[in-house]
Amino acid sequence: MLTYIVKRLFEMIPMLIGITLISFIVVNLAPGNPAQFLSSMNPKISETAYQKFINMYQLDKPVLERYWIWLKKLSRLDFGNSFASDQKPVLSKIAERLPVTIYLNLVSMILIIIISIPIGVLSAVYRNSLFDRITTVIVYIGFAVPTFWLAILCAYYFGVIKGWLPISGLTSYEFEDFSTLEKIYDVIWHSILPVGISVFGSIAGFSRFIKSSMMDAINEDYITAAYARGLSKNTVIFKHALRNALLPVITILGLSIPGLIGGSVIFESVFSIPGMGQLFYQSVMMRDYPVIMGILVIGSFLTLLGNLIADISYAIADPRIRYGKKK
Amino acid sequence: MVKRNKLFISGISIIIFFTVVAIFAPIIAPYDPSEIDLMNILNPPSLKNLFGTDELGRDVFSRVVYGTRISLSVGFISVGISVFIGTIIGLVSGYFKGLTDLILMKIVDIALCFPTFFLILAVIAFLKPSIYNIMIVIGITSWMGVARMVRAETMSITERDYITAAKVAGLKKRVILFKHILPNVASPILVSATLGVASSILVESALSFLGLGVQPPTPSWGNIITSGKDNIMFAWWLSFFPGICILLAVLGFNLTGEGLRDILDPKSKE
Repeated sequence: MLTYIVKRLFEMIPMLIGITLISFIVVNLAPGNPAQFLSSMNPKISETAYQKFINMYQLDKPVLERYWIWLKKLSRLDFGNSFASDQKPVLSKIAERLPVTIYLNLVSMILIIIISIPIGVLSAVYRNSLFDRITTVIVYIGFAVPTFWLAILCAYYFGVIKGWLPISGLTSYEFEDFSTLEKIYDVIWHSILPVGISVFGSIAGFSRFIKSSMMDAINEDYITAAYARGLSKNTVIFKHALRNALLPVITILGLSIPGLIGGSVIFESVFSIPGMGQLFYQSVMMRDYPVIMGILVIGSFLTLLGNLIADISYAIADPRIRYGKKK
Repeated sequence: MVKRNKLFISGISIIIFFTVVAIFAPIIAPYDPSEIDLMNILNPPSLKNLFGTDELGRDVFSRVVYGTRISLSVGFISVGISVFIGTIIGLVSGYFKGLTDLILMKIVDIALCFPTFFLILAVIAFLKPSIYNIMIVIGITSWMGVARMVRAETMSITERDYITAAKVAGLKKRVILFKHILPNVASPILVSATLGVASSILVESALSFLGLGVQPPTPSWGNIITSGKDNIMFAWWLSFFPGICILLAVLGFNLTGEGLRDILDPKSKE
Protein backbone atom coordinates (compact mmCIF):
# COMPACT_ATOMS: atom_id res chain seq x y z
CA MET A 1 0.00 0.00 0.00
CA LEU A 2 2.75 2.41 0.98
CA THR A 3 4.77 1.77 -2.19
CA TYR A 4 1.60 2.40 -4.16
CA ILE A 5 1.09 5.78 -2.50
CA VAL A 6 4.73 6.78 -2.96
CA LYS A 7 4.62 5.74 -6.59
CA ARG A 8 1.49 7.77 -7.13
CA LEU A 9 3.04 10.80 -5.42
CA PHE A 10 5.98 10.63 -7.81
CA GLU A 11 3.64 10.32 -10.75
CA MET A 12 2.14 13.64 -9.72
CA ILE A 13 5.35 15.53 -10.48
CA PRO A 14 5.40 15.11 -14.30
CA MET A 15 1.65 15.81 -14.31
CA LEU A 16 2.16 19.08 -12.42
CA ILE A 17 5.01 20.05 -14.74
CA GLY A 18 2.82 19.37 -17.77
CA ILE A 19 -0.06 21.37 -16.34
CA THR A 20 2.09 24.32 -15.29
CA LEU A 21 3.96 24.39 -18.60
CA ILE A 22 0.73 24.55 -20.59
CA SER A 23 -0.77 27.15 -18.24
CA PHE A 24 2.38 29.25 -18.32
CA ILE A 25 2.53 29.28 -22.09
CA VAL A 26 -1.17 30.00 -22.47
CA VAL A 27 -1.09 32.80 -19.92
CA ASN A 28 2.07 34.39 -21.28
CA LEU A 29 1.46 34.06 -25.00
CA ALA A 30 -1.70 36.09 -24.83
CA PRO A 31 -1.35 39.35 -26.74
CA GLY A 32 -0.42 42.33 -24.61
CA ASN A 33 1.57 42.15 -21.38
CA PRO A 34 0.91 43.47 -17.88
CA ALA A 35 3.22 46.42 -18.46
CA GLN A 36 1.15 47.56 -21.43
CA PHE A 37 -1.95 46.97 -19.39
CA LEU A 38 -0.54 49.05 -16.58
CA SER A 39 0.31 51.94 -18.88
CA SER A 40 -3.09 51.80 -20.54
CA MET A 41 -4.64 52.19 -17.10
CA ASN A 42 -2.33 55.08 -16.32
CA PRO A 43 -1.15 56.89 -19.46
CA LYS A 44 1.08 59.15 -17.40
CA ILE A 45 3.41 56.25 -16.62
CA SER A 46 6.84 57.17 -17.94
CA GLU A 47 8.93 55.20 -20.41
CA THR A 48 11.52 54.48 -17.72
CA ALA A 49 8.95 53.22 -15.27
CA TYR A 50 7.57 51.01 -18.03
CA GLN A 51 11.05 49.59 -18.72
CA LYS A 52 11.67 49.15 -15.01
CA PHE A 53 8.52 47.10 -14.69
CA ILE A 54 9.53 44.96 -17.67
CA ASN A 55 13.01 44.41 -16.23
CA MET A 56 11.76 43.72 -12.75
CA TYR A 57 9.59 40.86 -13.94
CA GLN A 58 11.88 39.91 -16.82
CA LEU A 59 9.02 40.24 -19.26
CA ASP A 60 11.42 40.71 -22.18
CA LYS A 61 12.82 37.17 -21.94
CA PRO A 62 11.46 34.29 -24.06
CA VAL A 63 8.52 32.40 -22.56
CA LEU A 64 10.35 29.12 -22.00
CA GLU A 65 13.22 30.84 -20.25
CA ARG A 66 10.79 32.64 -17.97
CA TYR A 67 9.03 29.33 -17.31
CA TRP A 68 12.33 27.79 -16.28
CA ILE A 69 13.06 30.67 -13.90
CA TRP A 70 9.54 30.45 -12.54
CA LEU A 71 9.80 26.65 -12.09
CA LYS A 72 13.11 26.94 -10.24
CA LYS A 73 11.55 29.43 -7.85
CA LEU A 74 8.48 27.22 -7.51
CA SER A 75 10.62 24.27 -6.42
CA ARG A 76 11.51 26.40 -3.39
CA LEU A 77 7.79 27.11 -2.97
CA ASP A 78 8.40 30.69 -4.07
CA PHE A 79 5.49 31.80 -6.21
CA GLY A 80 6.87 35.29 -6.72
CA ASN A 81 5.24 38.59 -5.89
CA SER A 82 1.93 39.91 -7.10
CA PHE A 83 1.91 42.53 -9.87
CA ALA A 84 -0.77 44.40 -7.97
CA SER A 85 0.14 47.60 -6.18
CA ASP A 86 0.50 45.82 -2.82
CA GLN A 87 3.24 43.55 -4.33
CA LYS A 88 2.56 40.95 -1.68
CA PRO A 89 4.01 37.44 -2.08
CA VAL A 90 1.60 35.33 -4.13
CA LEU A 91 1.64 32.53 -1.60
CA SER A 92 0.43 34.72 1.25
CA LYS A 93 -2.25 36.22 -0.99
CA ILE A 94 -3.53 32.75 -1.84
CA ALA A 95 -3.13 31.51 1.73
CA GLU A 96 -5.53 34.24 2.88
CA ARG A 97 -8.17 33.10 0.42
CA LEU A 98 -7.73 29.35 0.15
CA PRO A 99 -9.26 28.29 3.50
CA VAL A 100 -12.55 29.99 2.60
CA THR A 101 -12.81 28.16 -0.72
CA ILE A 102 -11.78 24.83 0.77
CA TYR A 103 -14.24 25.24 3.63
CA LEU A 104 -17.16 25.97 1.28
CA ASN A 105 -16.29 23.14 -1.12
CA LEU A 106 -15.68 20.61 1.62
CA VAL A 107 -18.98 21.36 3.33
CA SER A 108 -20.77 21.20 -0.03
CA MET A 109 -19.15 17.90 -0.88
CA ILE A 110 -20.07 16.30 2.44
CA LEU A 111 -23.67 17.46 2.07
CA ILE A 112 -23.78 16.25 -1.53
CA ILE A 113 -22.70 12.78 -0.43
CA ILE A 114 -25.08 12.66 2.53
CA ILE A 115 -28.05 13.72 0.44
CA SER A 116 -27.46 12.04 -2.89
CA ILE A 117 -26.63 8.52 -1.70
CA PRO A 118 -30.05 7.86 -0.13
CA ILE A 119 -31.81 9.51 -3.09
CA GLY A 120 -29.87 7.43 -5.60
CA VAL A 121 -30.27 4.18 -3.68
CA LEU A 122 -33.97 4.61 -2.99
CA SER A 123 -34.81 5.51 -6.57
CA ALA A 124 -32.86 2.47 -7.78
CA VAL A 125 -34.51 0.10 -5.33
CA TYR A 126 -38.01 1.52 -5.82
CA ARG A 127 -37.80 2.06 -9.54
CA ASN A 128 -40.78 3.78 -11.21
CA SER A 129 -42.31 4.56 -7.83
CA LEU A 130 -43.67 8.04 -7.15
CA PHE A 131 -40.45 8.87 -5.28
CA ASP A 132 -38.35 7.80 -8.26
CA ARG A 133 -40.44 9.85 -10.67
CA ILE A 134 -40.31 13.01 -8.56
CA THR A 135 -36.58 12.77 -7.97
CA THR A 136 -35.98 12.11 -11.68
CA VAL A 137 -37.75 15.36 -12.55
CA ILE A 138 -35.79 17.26 -9.90
CA VAL A 139 -32.56 15.71 -11.15
CA TYR A 140 -33.22 16.82 -14.72
CA ILE A 141 -33.93 20.35 -13.54
CA GLY A 142 -30.86 20.35 -11.27
CA PHE A 143 -28.77 19.31 -14.25
CA ALA A 144 -30.08 22.08 -16.44
CA VAL A 145 -30.33 25.02 -14.08
CA PRO A 146 -27.62 27.66 -14.46
CA THR A 147 -26.36 27.89 -10.89
CA PHE A 148 -25.43 31.59 -11.03
CA TRP A 149 -28.98 32.39 -12.08
CA LEU A 150 -30.44 30.29 -9.28
CA ALA A 151 -28.04 32.01 -6.90
CA ILE A 152 -29.21 35.48 -7.98
CA LEU A 153 -32.89 34.54 -7.68
CA CYS A 154 -32.42 32.87 -4.28
CA ALA A 155 -30.36 35.80 -2.99
CA TYR A 156 -33.15 38.12 -4.11
CA TYR A 157 -35.97 36.03 -2.66
CA PHE A 158 -34.46 34.81 0.63
CA GLY A 159 -32.16 37.74 1.19
CA VAL A 160 -33.98 40.79 -0.09
CA ILE A 161 -37.71 40.03 -0.14
CA LYS A 162 -37.89 37.74 2.89
CA GLY A 163 -34.78 39.06 4.61
CA TRP A 164 -34.10 35.61 6.09
CA LEU A 165 -30.54 35.07 4.98
CA PRO A 166 -27.47 37.25 4.44
CA ILE A 167 -26.48 37.50 0.78
CA SER A 168 -22.98 38.89 0.81
CA GLY A 169 -19.69 37.93 2.37
CA LEU A 170 -19.00 35.18 4.85
CA THR A 171 -19.08 37.25 8.03
CA SER A 172 -21.07 40.13 9.51
CA TYR A 173 -19.66 43.62 10.08
CA GLU A 174 -19.45 43.06 13.84
CA PHE A 175 -17.64 39.75 13.33
CA GLU A 176 -14.53 40.78 15.28
CA ASP A 177 -16.58 41.52 18.39
CA PHE A 178 -18.32 38.15 18.43
CA SER A 179 -17.55 35.31 20.82
CA THR A 180 -16.20 32.10 19.26
CA LEU A 181 -19.61 30.47 19.29
CA GLU A 182 -21.22 33.49 17.68
CA LYS A 183 -18.47 33.52 15.06
CA ILE A 184 -19.14 29.92 14.11
CA TYR A 185 -22.85 30.60 13.98
CA ASP A 186 -22.25 33.70 11.87
CA VAL A 187 -20.16 31.84 9.29
CA ILE A 188 -22.67 29.00 9.06
CA TRP A 189 -25.47 31.53 8.68
CA HIS A 190 -23.63 33.19 5.80
CA SER A 191 -22.81 29.86 4.17
CA ILE A 192 -26.39 28.62 3.84
CA LEU A 193 -27.14 30.21 0.48
CA PRO A 194 -23.84 29.60 -1.35
CA VAL A 195 -23.50 26.05 -0.04
CA GLY A 196 -27.16 25.26 -0.54
CA ILE A 197 -27.11 26.27 -4.19
CA SER A 198 -23.84 24.55 -4.93
CA VAL A 199 -25.23 21.38 -3.34
CA PHE A 200 -28.48 21.58 -5.29
CA GLY A 201 -26.58 21.89 -8.55
CA SER A 202 -24.43 18.84 -7.84
CA ILE A 203 -26.94 16.50 -6.22
CA ALA A 204 -28.48 15.91 -9.62
CA GLY A 205 -25.34 14.44 -11.13
CA PHE A 206 -24.38 12.43 -8.09
CA SER A 207 -27.70 10.88 -7.25
CA ARG A 208 -28.19 9.90 -10.87
CA PHE A 209 -24.80 8.30 -10.95
CA ILE A 210 -25.48 6.42 -7.73
CA LYS A 211 -28.85 5.29 -9.05
CA SER A 212 -27.38 3.80 -12.21
CA SER A 213 -24.46 2.28 -10.33
CA MET A 214 -26.92 0.76 -7.86
CA MET A 215 -29.11 -0.59 -10.65
CA ASP A 216 -26.10 -2.29 -12.21
CA ALA A 217 -25.19 -3.81 -8.86
CA ILE A 218 -28.73 -5.11 -8.27
CA ASN A 219 -28.65 -6.97 -11.57
CA GLU A 220 -25.41 -8.79 -10.76
CA ASP A 221 -25.34 -12.55 -10.27
CA TYR A 222 -24.10 -12.32 -6.68
CA ILE A 223 -27.26 -10.45 -5.76
CA THR A 224 -29.42 -13.21 -7.20
CA ALA A 225 -27.20 -15.66 -5.33
CA ALA A 226 -27.65 -13.71 -2.11
CA TYR A 227 -31.44 -13.79 -2.52
CA ALA A 228 -31.22 -17.52 -3.26
CA ARG A 229 -29.39 -18.02 0.02
CA GLY A 230 -32.53 -16.68 1.66
CA LEU A 231 -31.11 -13.36 2.87
CA SER A 232 -33.61 -10.62 3.50
CA LYS A 233 -34.09 -7.84 0.98
CA ASN A 234 -32.58 -5.28 3.33
CA THR A 235 -29.42 -7.29 3.90
CA VAL A 236 -29.00 -7.93 0.20
CA ILE A 237 -29.52 -4.33 -0.80
CA PHE A 238 -27.69 -2.50 1.93
CA LYS A 239 -24.90 -4.97 2.62
CA HIS A 240 -24.20 -6.51 -0.76
CA ALA A 241 -25.41 -4.19 -3.47
CA LEU A 242 -24.77 -0.82 -1.85
CA ARG A 243 -21.14 -1.53 -1.00
CA ASN A 244 -20.37 -2.43 -4.57
CA ALA A 245 -22.43 0.40 -5.98
CA LEU A 246 -20.56 2.98 -3.94
CA LEU A 247 -17.15 2.04 -5.32
CA PRO A 248 -17.37 4.02 -8.57
CA VAL A 249 -18.72 6.98 -6.60
CA ILE A 250 -15.28 7.46 -5.06
CA THR A 251 -13.76 8.03 -8.49
CA ILE A 252 -16.48 10.44 -9.50
CA LEU A 253 -15.91 12.42 -6.31
CA GLY A 254 -12.25 12.80 -7.23
CA LEU A 255 -13.12 13.85 -10.77
CA SER A 256 -15.62 16.45 -9.59
CA ILE A 257 -12.99 18.58 -7.84
CA PRO A 258 -12.01 20.76 -10.85
CA GLY A 259 -15.70 21.52 -11.39
CA LEU A 260 -16.19 22.52 -7.76
CA ILE A 261 -13.09 24.72 -7.78
CA GLY A 262 -14.20 26.32 -11.06
CA GLY A 263 -17.68 26.87 -9.69
CA SER A 264 -16.24 28.81 -6.78
CA VAL A 265 -15.52 31.72 -9.15
CA ILE A 266 -19.24 32.02 -9.74
CA PHE A 267 -20.43 31.60 -6.16
CA GLU A 268 -17.78 33.86 -4.74
CA SER A 269 -18.63 36.59 -7.22
CA VAL A 270 -22.40 36.33 -6.72
CA PHE A 271 -22.14 36.33 -2.92
CA SER A 272 -18.96 38.48 -2.74
CA ILE A 273 -17.12 35.87 -0.72
CA PRO A 274 -13.40 36.59 -0.36
CA GLY A 275 -12.16 33.20 -1.59
CA MET A 276 -9.74 31.92 -4.17
CA GLY A 277 -12.23 32.14 -7.03
CA GLN A 278 -12.78 35.83 -6.41
CA LEU A 279 -9.03 36.40 -6.20
CA PHE A 280 -8.58 34.60 -9.51
CA TYR A 281 -11.21 36.69 -11.20
CA GLN A 282 -9.65 39.92 -9.91
CA SER A 283 -6.17 38.77 -10.95
CA VAL A 284 -7.32 37.84 -14.44
CA MET A 285 -8.87 41.25 -14.85
CA MET A 286 -5.65 42.93 -13.71
CA ARG A 287 -3.35 40.54 -15.59
CA ASP A 288 -1.58 39.65 -12.40
CA TYR A 289 0.40 36.75 -13.93
CA PRO A 290 2.12 35.49 -10.78
CA VAL A 291 -1.17 35.22 -8.90
CA ILE A 292 -2.93 33.61 -11.88
CA MET A 293 -0.19 31.02 -12.19
CA GLY A 294 -0.15 30.47 -8.44
CA ILE A 295 -3.88 29.74 -8.36
CA LEU A 296 -3.67 27.47 -11.39
CA VAL A 297 -0.89 25.49 -9.68
CA ILE A 298 -2.76 25.25 -6.39
CA GLY A 299 -5.98 24.34 -8.20
CA SER A 300 -4.39 21.55 -10.19
CA PHE A 301 -2.48 20.36 -7.15
CA LEU A 302 -5.74 20.09 -5.20
CA THR A 303 -7.26 18.18 -8.10
CA LEU A 304 -4.35 15.75 -8.29
CA LEU A 305 -4.46 15.33 -4.54
CA GLY A 306 -8.20 14.65 -4.69
CA ASN A 307 -7.67 12.03 -7.38
CA LEU A 308 -4.91 10.43 -5.34
CA ILE A 309 -7.10 10.25 -2.24
CA ALA A 310 -9.89 8.80 -4.38
CA ASP A 311 -7.58 6.13 -5.79
CA ILE A 312 -6.22 5.25 -2.37
CA SER A 313 -9.71 4.92 -0.90
CA TYR A 314 -10.62 2.80 -3.89
CA ALA A 315 -7.64 0.56 -3.25
CA ILE A 316 -8.59 0.24 0.40
CA ALA A 317 -12.18 -0.59 -0.47
CA ASP A 318 -11.46 -2.97 -3.33
CA PRO A 319 -8.86 -5.70 -2.76
CA ARG A 320 -8.74 -6.46 -6.49
CA ILE A 321 -7.01 -3.12 -7.05
CA ARG A 322 -4.64 -3.51 -4.15
CA TYR A 323 -3.28 -6.83 -5.28
CA GLY A 324 -3.86 -6.77 -9.00
CA LYS A 325 -2.59 -4.50 -11.73
CA LYS A 326 -3.23 -0.82 -11.26
CA LYS A 327 -6.61 0.44 -12.47
CA MET B 1 -38.78 2.72 -31.19
CA VAL B 2 -38.10 6.44 -31.61
CA LYS B 3 -41.79 7.16 -31.28
CA ARG B 4 -42.03 5.43 -27.93
CA ASN B 5 -39.09 7.22 -26.37
CA LYS B 6 -40.64 10.07 -24.40
CA LEU B 7 -37.30 11.55 -23.38
CA PHE B 8 -36.17 11.87 -26.96
CA ILE B 9 -39.47 13.29 -28.22
CA SER B 10 -39.73 15.95 -25.55
CA GLY B 11 -36.06 16.85 -25.81
CA ILE B 12 -35.97 17.11 -29.57
CA SER B 13 -39.15 19.23 -29.55
CA ILE B 14 -37.41 21.73 -27.27
CA ILE B 15 -34.33 21.77 -29.52
CA ILE B 16 -36.45 22.28 -32.64
CA PHE B 17 -38.36 25.05 -30.90
CA PHE B 18 -35.21 26.98 -29.99
CA THR B 19 -33.64 26.34 -33.39
CA VAL B 20 -36.69 27.81 -35.11
CA VAL B 21 -36.57 30.79 -32.75
CA ALA B 22 -32.88 31.31 -33.53
CA ILE B 23 -33.33 31.09 -37.28
CA PHE B 24 -36.41 33.29 -37.46
CA ALA B 25 -35.32 35.71 -34.72
CA PRO B 26 -35.86 38.83 -36.87
CA ILE B 27 -39.42 37.73 -37.65
CA ILE B 28 -40.30 36.59 -34.13
CA ALA B 29 -38.81 39.52 -32.21
CA PRO B 30 -41.37 42.35 -32.10
CA TYR B 31 -38.71 45.06 -31.63
CA ASP B 32 -35.11 45.76 -32.53
CA PRO B 33 -33.14 44.16 -29.63
CA SER B 34 -30.84 47.16 -29.29
CA GLU B 35 -33.47 49.87 -29.69
CA ILE B 36 -33.17 52.15 -26.68
CA ASP B 37 -36.33 53.75 -25.31
CA LEU B 38 -35.53 55.85 -22.26
CA MET B 39 -39.21 56.69 -21.73
CA ASN B 40 -39.96 53.06 -20.93
CA ILE B 41 -37.19 51.72 -18.73
CA LEU B 42 -37.66 48.71 -16.43
CA ASN B 43 -41.29 48.19 -17.37
CA PRO B 44 -42.76 44.97 -15.97
CA PRO B 45 -43.97 42.26 -18.37
CA SER B 46 -47.07 43.35 -20.28
CA LEU B 47 -48.79 42.55 -23.55
CA LYS B 48 -46.65 45.18 -25.24
CA ASN B 49 -43.38 43.85 -23.79
CA LEU B 50 -43.92 40.16 -22.98
CA PHE B 51 -40.80 39.92 -20.80
CA GLY B 52 -40.74 43.58 -19.77
CA THR B 53 -38.05 46.13 -20.61
CA ASP B 54 -34.50 46.59 -19.33
CA GLU B 55 -32.59 49.53 -17.84
CA LEU B 56 -32.30 51.16 -21.28
CA GLY B 57 -35.91 50.50 -22.21
CA ARG B 58 -34.99 47.71 -24.61
CA ASP B 59 -37.52 44.91 -25.10
CA VAL B 60 -36.31 41.90 -23.09
CA PHE B 61 -38.36 39.45 -25.17
CA SER B 62 -36.64 40.58 -28.37
CA ARG B 63 -33.26 40.41 -26.67
CA VAL B 64 -33.91 36.91 -25.39
CA VAL B 65 -35.03 35.83 -28.87
CA TYR B 66 -31.81 37.12 -30.41
CA GLY B 67 -29.81 35.67 -27.53
CA THR B 68 -30.99 32.22 -28.64
CA ARG B 69 -28.74 32.58 -31.68
CA ILE B 70 -25.67 33.13 -29.53
CA SER B 71 -26.32 30.28 -27.12
CA LEU B 72 -27.16 27.73 -29.81
CA SER B 73 -24.29 28.65 -32.10
CA VAL B 74 -21.76 28.59 -29.25
CA GLY B 75 -23.19 25.25 -28.15
CA PHE B 76 -23.10 23.61 -31.58
CA ILE B 77 -19.77 24.94 -32.82
CA SER B 78 -17.79 24.39 -29.62
CA VAL B 79 -19.10 20.82 -29.48
CA GLY B 80 -18.16 20.40 -33.13
CA ILE B 81 -14.61 21.34 -32.22
CA SER B 82 -14.42 19.14 -29.12
CA VAL B 83 -15.96 16.12 -30.87
CA PHE B 84 -13.54 16.52 -33.77
CA ILE B 85 -10.48 16.59 -31.49
CA GLY B 86 -11.79 13.89 -29.18
CA THR B 87 -12.72 11.52 -32.00
CA ILE B 88 -9.35 11.77 -33.74
CA ILE B 89 -7.40 11.30 -30.52
CA GLY B 90 -9.65 8.45 -29.38
CA LEU B 91 -9.47 6.63 -32.73
CA VAL B 92 -5.68 6.91 -33.00
CA SER B 93 -5.17 5.99 -29.38
CA GLY B 94 -7.49 3.00 -29.47
CA TYR B 95 -6.29 1.66 -32.80
CA PHE B 96 -2.52 1.99 -32.52
CA LYS B 97 -2.31 1.20 -28.79
CA GLY B 98 1.18 0.95 -27.28
CA LEU B 99 3.29 4.06 -26.88
CA THR B 100 0.95 6.30 -28.91
CA ASP B 101 -1.89 5.32 -26.63
CA LEU B 102 0.20 5.84 -23.53
CA ILE B 103 1.24 9.36 -24.52
CA LEU B 104 -2.20 10.43 -25.70
CA MET B 105 -3.90 9.11 -22.57
CA LYS B 106 -1.35 10.92 -20.40
CA ILE B 107 -2.34 14.12 -22.21
CA VAL B 108 -5.98 13.33 -21.48
CA ASP B 109 -5.15 12.77 -17.80
CA ILE B 110 -3.34 16.09 -17.62
CA ALA B 111 -6.18 17.91 -19.36
CA LEU B 112 -8.68 16.36 -16.94
CA CYS B 113 -6.75 17.70 -13.94
CA PHE B 114 -6.82 21.26 -15.22
CA PRO B 115 -9.05 23.63 -13.35
CA THR B 116 -10.67 24.09 -16.78
CA PHE B 117 -13.02 26.90 -15.91
CA PHE B 118 -10.13 28.96 -14.52
CA LEU B 119 -8.16 28.44 -17.69
CA ILE B 120 -11.12 29.34 -19.90
CA LEU B 121 -11.61 32.51 -17.86
CA ALA B 122 -7.98 33.54 -18.17
CA VAL B 123 -7.75 32.85 -21.89
CA ILE B 124 -10.98 34.66 -22.72
CA ALA B 125 -10.03 37.65 -20.61
CA PHE B 126 -6.64 37.91 -22.30
CA LEU B 127 -7.83 37.35 -25.85
CA LYS B 128 -10.68 39.83 -25.49
CA PRO B 129 -14.07 38.16 -25.23
CA SER B 130 -15.63 37.46 -28.60
CA ILE B 131 -18.06 34.78 -29.71
CA TYR B 132 -15.37 33.05 -31.81
CA ASN B 133 -12.84 32.95 -28.99
CA ILE B 134 -15.48 31.52 -26.69
CA MET B 135 -16.43 28.76 -29.12
CA ILE B 136 -12.81 27.80 -29.70
CA VAL B 137 -11.78 27.88 -26.07
CA ILE B 138 -14.78 25.86 -24.86
CA GLY B 139 -14.14 23.41 -27.70
CA ILE B 140 -10.49 22.80 -26.94
CA THR B 141 -11.08 22.37 -23.23
CA SER B 142 -13.85 19.79 -23.40
CA TRP B 143 -12.77 16.97 -25.73
CA MET B 144 -11.38 14.59 -23.11
CA GLY B 145 -14.59 12.68 -22.39
CA VAL B 146 -15.17 12.00 -26.07
CA ALA B 147 -11.55 10.90 -26.52
CA ARG B 148 -11.77 8.36 -23.70
CA MET B 149 -15.06 6.99 -24.87
CA VAL B 150 -14.01 6.70 -28.53
CA ARG B 151 -10.78 5.04 -27.47
CA ALA B 152 -12.58 2.37 -25.45
CA GLU B 153 -15.06 1.68 -28.27
CA THR B 154 -12.28 1.59 -30.87
CA MET B 155 -10.32 -0.91 -28.81
CA SER B 156 -13.22 -3.32 -28.62
CA ILE B 157 -14.10 -2.90 -32.31
CA THR B 158 -10.50 -3.45 -33.40
CA GLU B 159 -10.74 -6.95 -31.95
CA ARG B 160 -13.65 -7.87 -34.21
CA ASP B 161 -13.21 -10.21 -37.13
CA TYR B 162 -14.24 -7.73 -39.80
CA ILE B 163 -11.41 -5.41 -38.85
CA THR B 164 -8.94 -8.28 -39.00
CA ALA B 165 -10.42 -9.11 -42.39
CA ALA B 166 -9.94 -5.50 -43.50
CA LYS B 167 -6.33 -5.57 -42.34
CA VAL B 168 -5.68 -8.88 -44.11
CA ALA B 169 -7.24 -7.46 -47.26
CA GLY B 170 -4.49 -4.85 -47.13
CA LEU B 171 -6.63 -1.77 -46.63
CA LYS B 172 -4.89 1.45 -45.64
CA LYS B 173 -5.01 2.34 -41.94
CA ARG B 174 -6.78 5.58 -42.77
CA VAL B 175 -9.51 3.68 -44.57
CA ILE B 176 -9.91 1.18 -41.74
CA LEU B 177 -10.06 3.96 -39.14
CA PHE B 178 -12.51 6.24 -40.88
CA LYS B 179 -14.58 3.86 -43.00
CA HIS B 180 -14.75 0.76 -40.83
CA ILE B 181 -14.28 1.85 -37.23
CA LEU B 182 -15.66 5.39 -37.15
CA PRO B 183 -19.19 4.47 -38.33
CA ASN B 184 -19.37 1.93 -35.52
CA VAL B 185 -18.54 4.46 -32.83
CA ALA B 186 -20.80 7.12 -34.33
CA SER B 187 -23.76 6.54 -32.04
CA PRO B 188 -22.01 7.03 -28.71
CA ILE B 189 -20.31 10.09 -30.23
CA LEU B 190 -23.72 11.47 -31.16
CA VAL B 191 -24.97 10.94 -27.61
CA SER B 192 -22.04 12.67 -25.97
CA ALA B 193 -22.15 15.48 -28.52
CA THR B 194 -25.79 16.16 -27.64
CA LEU B 195 -24.99 16.21 -23.93
CA GLY B 196 -21.94 18.36 -24.72
CA VAL B 197 -24.07 21.08 -26.31
CA ALA B 198 -25.97 21.34 -23.03
CA SER B 199 -22.86 21.88 -20.97
CA SER B 200 -21.37 24.34 -23.49
CA ILE B 201 -24.50 26.45 -23.25
CA LEU B 202 -24.09 26.51 -19.47
CA VAL B 203 -20.39 27.44 -19.68
CA GLU B 204 -21.10 30.22 -22.18
CA SER B 205 -23.82 31.65 -19.98
CA ALA B 206 -21.54 31.54 -16.93
CA LEU B 207 -18.82 33.35 -18.89
CA SER B 208 -21.30 35.97 -20.08
CA PHE B 209 -22.44 36.34 -16.51
CA LEU B 210 -18.88 37.14 -15.41
CA GLY B 211 -18.66 39.74 -18.16
CA LEU B 212 -16.37 37.56 -20.26
CA GLY B 213 -18.92 36.25 -22.72
CA VAL B 214 -20.42 37.87 -25.74
CA GLN B 215 -20.16 41.60 -25.11
CA PRO B 216 -23.15 43.92 -24.84
CA PRO B 217 -24.96 45.43 -26.68
CA THR B 218 -25.13 42.06 -28.49
CA PRO B 219 -27.66 40.17 -26.36
CA SER B 220 -26.83 36.75 -24.96
CA TRP B 221 -28.84 34.92 -22.32
CA GLY B 222 -25.96 35.19 -19.87
CA ASN B 223 -25.32 38.90 -20.27
CA ILE B 224 -29.02 39.75 -20.01
CA ILE B 225 -29.02 37.96 -16.64
CA THR B 226 -25.97 39.96 -15.57
CA SER B 227 -27.54 43.28 -16.38
CA GLY B 228 -30.64 42.04 -14.60
CA LYS B 229 -28.58 41.21 -11.53
CA ASP B 230 -27.82 44.88 -10.94
CA ASN B 231 -31.49 45.75 -11.22
CA ILE B 232 -32.96 42.74 -9.45
CA MET B 233 -34.40 44.91 -6.68
CA PHE B 234 -36.70 46.66 -9.14
CA ALA B 235 -36.93 44.30 -12.09
CA TRP B 236 -36.86 40.52 -11.46
CA TRP B 237 -38.09 39.82 -15.00
CA LEU B 238 -34.81 40.92 -16.49
CA SER B 239 -32.91 37.97 -15.01
CA PHE B 240 -35.79 35.55 -14.74
CA PHE B 241 -36.74 34.93 -18.37
CA PRO B 242 -33.30 34.42 -19.93
CA GLY B 243 -32.52 32.01 -17.08
CA ILE B 244 -35.63 29.99 -17.86
CA CYS B 245 -34.51 29.83 -21.50
CA ILE B 246 -31.08 28.50 -20.52
CA LEU B 247 -32.75 25.94 -18.27
CA LEU B 248 -35.13 24.80 -21.02
CA ALA B 249 -32.48 24.64 -23.72
CA VAL B 250 -30.07 22.66 -21.54
CA LEU B 251 -32.93 20.40 -20.48
CA GLY B 252 -33.79 19.84 -24.14
CA PHE B 253 -30.30 18.74 -25.08
CA ASN B 254 -29.95 16.55 -22.00
CA LEU B 255 -33.27 14.81 -22.62
CA THR B 256 -32.41 14.26 -26.27
CA GLY B 257 -29.01 12.87 -25.34
CA GLU B 258 -30.50 10.46 -22.82
CA GLY B 259 -33.22 9.46 -25.22
CA LEU B 260 -30.70 8.86 -27.99
CA ARG B 261 -28.68 6.69 -25.66
CA ASP B 262 -31.70 4.48 -25.01
CA ILE B 263 -32.58 4.31 -28.68
CA LEU B 264 -29.10 3.65 -30.02
CA ASP B 265 -27.86 1.33 -27.32
CA PRO B 266 -30.15 -1.66 -26.88
CA LYS B 267 -28.08 -2.78 -23.89
CA SER B 268 -29.31 0.07 -21.75
CA LYS B 269 -32.87 -1.22 -22.19
CA GLU B 270 -33.84 -3.73 -19.61
